Amino acid sequence: MQTTAKNIIEVSNLSFSYEKQQVLENINFTIQERDFVAIIGPNGGGKSTLLKLILGINPLQKGDISILGENYINQTQHIGYVPQNTNINTSFPISVLEVVLMGQNSFKKRVFGYKKDEKEQAYEALKKVNMADFAHKSISELSGGQRQRVFIARALFSNPKILLLDEPTSSIDAKGAKQIYETLEELHQEITIVVISHDLSVIMKHATKAFYINKQLFDHDLSHINKNLNENDTHLCEVELLEMLGSCRC
Amino acid sequence: MLETLSYTFIQNAILAAVLVSIITGIIGSLVVVNKMVFLSGGIAHSAYGGIGIAIFFGLPMLLSTSLFCVFVTILIAIASYKRRENLDILIGLTWAVGMSIGIILVDLTPGYQSDLMSYLFGSLLAVSSDDIIYMALLLAFIITIVFIFYREILAVSYDTEYAAIRGVKTKLFYTLILVLSSLTIVVSIKVVGLILVIALLTIPIYIASFFSKSLISMMISAAILSMLFSMMGLLISYNYDLSSGPSIILVSSLFALFAFIVKSIRVYR
Repeated sequence: MQTTAKNIIEVSNLSFSYEKQQVLENINFTIQERDFVAIIGPNGGGKSTLLKLILGINPLQKGDISILGENYINQTQHIGYVPQNTNINTSFPISVLEVVLMGQNSFKKRVFGYKKDEKEQAYEALKKVNMADFAHKSISELSGGQRQRVFIARALFSNPKILLLDEPTSSIDAKGAKQIYETLEELHQEITIVVISHDLSVIMKHATKAFYINKQLFDHDLSHINKNLNENDTHLCEVELLEMLGSCRC
Repeated sequence: MLETLSYTFIQNAILAAVLVSIITGIIGSLVVVNKMVFLSGGIAHSAYGGIGIAIFFGLPMLLSTSLFCVFVTILIAIASYKRRENLDILIGLTWAVGMSIGIILVDLTPGYQSDLMSYLFGSLLAVSSDDIIYMALLLAFIITIVFIFYREILAVSYDTEYAAIRGVKTKLFYTLILVLSSLTIVVSIKVVGLILVIALLTIPIYIASFFSKSLISMMISAAILSMLFSMMGLLISYNYDLSSGPSIILVSSLFALFAFIVKSIRVYR
């Protein structure tokens, strides 16, 4: 469908092990501009490990990763990252705006405080996730879903080309989760999105590709799946989904 | 009252209390938000090793203790980079080993060591002018570091992994926070003694956390509260001839209790 689209992330022959245990084995895939990729698979299957390899948190052992056609080292400014565990440090004395400002790539040297244009940039990022009104609130005053959207704004601060999210809805309620995915759908108009999630129904509604990872990777093109699902439903029946997917080689 | 203020040792005591209050307000906030309270306890008790070395070899107390504490701190920091889960055991070890070294060295030193109690429980009224200069220099150093690297320190304290992705040298700043904490602990020993240092690093911060919306405001309000409590404690200690350290801690604790009750009532309303 999008054969002319630019390759954003290319991964080839990637393998990774923690000490003696092999976590990823010969992973190959390409993510193109404006893809919305859902990464699914069992716990311990290597989903987060793959994301951390792309981000450069885990060292590259075997294989290649290129981002926007270049070697991935020092290319992380193109990537916005929303980590999995965002419920840590909830009582930290910090404002929403300050959290977003942390998204800046390599801090400009300045004695104390923030520049005016940096603050404006942070406001813009908050607007994209509908959280601008909360800019001066303390992070401890927010709900789990609101906090998650602030972390998305932090990831958007540096105007990335790709947004990586590690289970963004795992610790928030159904309503908050729905809002998060609506926000991601809006963002998808401009950037490429890669999200790890166990929430199959929501993924089916928004994603264009699905990668199933359990040591090895199996990819699925979801563009043929009928997305005209009932908009009023917050959750879909898994049986219905199985019927839509049909048989698969994983 | 005014006559009392004319004594040099009283002036030194007040000056030391003010300086240490500001230092502990800033560093205590960092210790609390980084969840390093137990770690600070370990460093404080290991400081006794430095005191023992100073007594045994006849070295200057503050300098010897500072160097010893910084050395211990860097050891802990390096060991905890790799295995954060072993941090507890490491702290327990340095806590006990440091104290043991101190006690043995004091045993080996001929003569009766009358001022050991002052290291355990503080002696504000025995602060010398040299101590004041040392405290002032440390305060100037801490303020400079925090002003220049505020964003980095904030980023590392709030979310270390994310700070690393954004190119902040997280290990460097983690170690820097620890080293500043250990230097703070050493000067605080003069005021409240090594056993009570933890209270000075936590109680004013606990109260400040009720109304602080940013790290910097927490640092400033904790410093002001700490100054207030130490002045009141000092006054009580002078008037009733009580130990200054425990007086300051008890005054702080009473205010913390009061703040906690006020906060609870507000929540239930």
